[in-house]
Amino acid sequence: MSYRLVNWFKLASPQKFYPVAGKMIPLFWLLAAAFGVAGLWLGFFVAPTDATQGEGYRIIFIHVPTSWMSMFIYLVMAAWAGLGLALNARLSGMMAQALAPTGALMAFLSLWTGAFWGKPMWGAWWVWDARLTSELILFFLYLGFMALQSAIDDPRRADKAGAIVVLVGVVNVPVIYFSVKWWNTLHQGASISINKAPSMAMTMLWGMLLMALCLWMYSIAVALMRVRAIMLERESHTDWVKQLAEVKA
Amino acid sequence: MKPMFSLIRRDLLIALRNKTEVLTILFFFVIVTSLFPLGIGPEPAQLRKIAPGVLWVAALLATMLGLQRMFAPDHADGTLEQMALSPTPLVLLVGGKIVSHWLVSGLPLVLMAPVLGIQFDLDAGSLGVLMLALLLGTPLLSLIGSIGAALTLGVRGGGVLLSLLVLPLFIPALIFGAGAVQAHMAGLGFGGHLSLLAAMLVLAAFFAPWATTAALRIALE
Repeated sequence: MSYRLVNWFKLASPQKFYPVAGKMIPLFWLLAAAFGVAGLWLGFFVAPTDATQGEGYRIIFIHVPTSWMSMFIYLVMAAWAGLGLALNARLSGMMAQALAPTGALMAFLSLWTGAFWGKPMWGAWWVWDARLTSELILFFLYLGFMALQSAIDDPRRADKAGAIVVLVGVVNVPVIYFSVKWWNTLHQGASISINKAPSMAMTMLWGMLLMALCLWMYSIAVALMRVRAIMLERESHTDWVKQLAEVKA
Repeated sequence: MKPMFSLIRRDLLIALRNKTEVLTILFFFVIVTSLFPLGIGPEPAQLRKIAPGVLWVAALLATMLGLQRMFAPDHADGTLEQMALSPTPLVLLVGGKIVSHWLVSGLPLVLMAPVLGIQFDLDAGSLGVLMLALLLGTPLLSLIGSIGAALTLGVRGGGVLLSLLVLPLFIPALIFGAGAVQAHMAGLGFGGHLSLLAAMLVLAAFFAPWATTAALRIALE
């Protein structure tokens, strides 16, 4: 047990994590592609046409997974941020910084696909409903985090300041998640809940879950690629970076 | 607690000796709210409808103006470092700074709001609810804003960055603050909105000074 713990902590050093991340990236790309193909095939060819919404509903196969990911990535960022403040580890800050653009992308896609869905279904691109507004705030929080990080030159200070912003903003995530329950607004209730049978056909559910897995794997792959770039940038003065084959070439 | 009160006293004294700062914030509030009737048109029904939102947004922006100066002068002349080194817990001193910021830039807005509300043809009841909502909401703005002010201390482009960080976090205060007045004008109860504002105020009063202290320690490193 103790042997394993030692091993995990070893990975917290950029020097050790860099090659491991490099090996994991193709694996996650492969998984993302496989889940993506399966999810899109189920979503577009197998899932039945919705009785009331017609073919337009199929946008939920992108919309719901991106919304989930935008919230989940924020929570992961908050976890890294808390870990970084508590243990003062370098990797945590780098991971938070690497996740932010992907999280912002997911939040943006969620809002954008929501607008495409809203126009035919509600007759409006945008409504000021509780869930849309809180998702928009989440998008702003991602932008604020990235702006603060890029404005501070010292990376260690940027990491810590960013961590505080992320932790302060984390109150927003439960608000988004429960907004459809707390306020009776236009956005429909949760598509899937743990304690009751899903309100949709099984194939639709599977399509959505597969797309969520695809985006999850994609996010991991992209975050790892980004964290490798951040490591090279921040550690460019060290010997281990200068010894790397890709740096020498 | 004594150092905290002497800090509040010192900040208030500075504000009184250098009145322009307080007055600039207050006049900004007055001018911004006066622009809306000029831009939108003077129909009383329409003005009444937009009044809560306009007054609240103007209050948010006016608070933003004061935030930049919350820690910056003390940081520039080294007072902040002395505060961090003093035997008094920094959290208490930060609490004092937040209280004095509210007294200097929040309380005048609360007192001024009814006068501006009359410009928008609000009745006496709505003015009362507006003042009550601002009384609960402006300390909340000072508390949340202090975190942003501490984080952007000495950062390039701090002012713009501060608004980018803090304004999204102000949104709940805006929604429930303006919502209370709108609910009252629509004949619905405003108690729920005010309760939520008060709950957020209590939560922020507990957590924000700690977050601000952590941010100040990072800035001073």
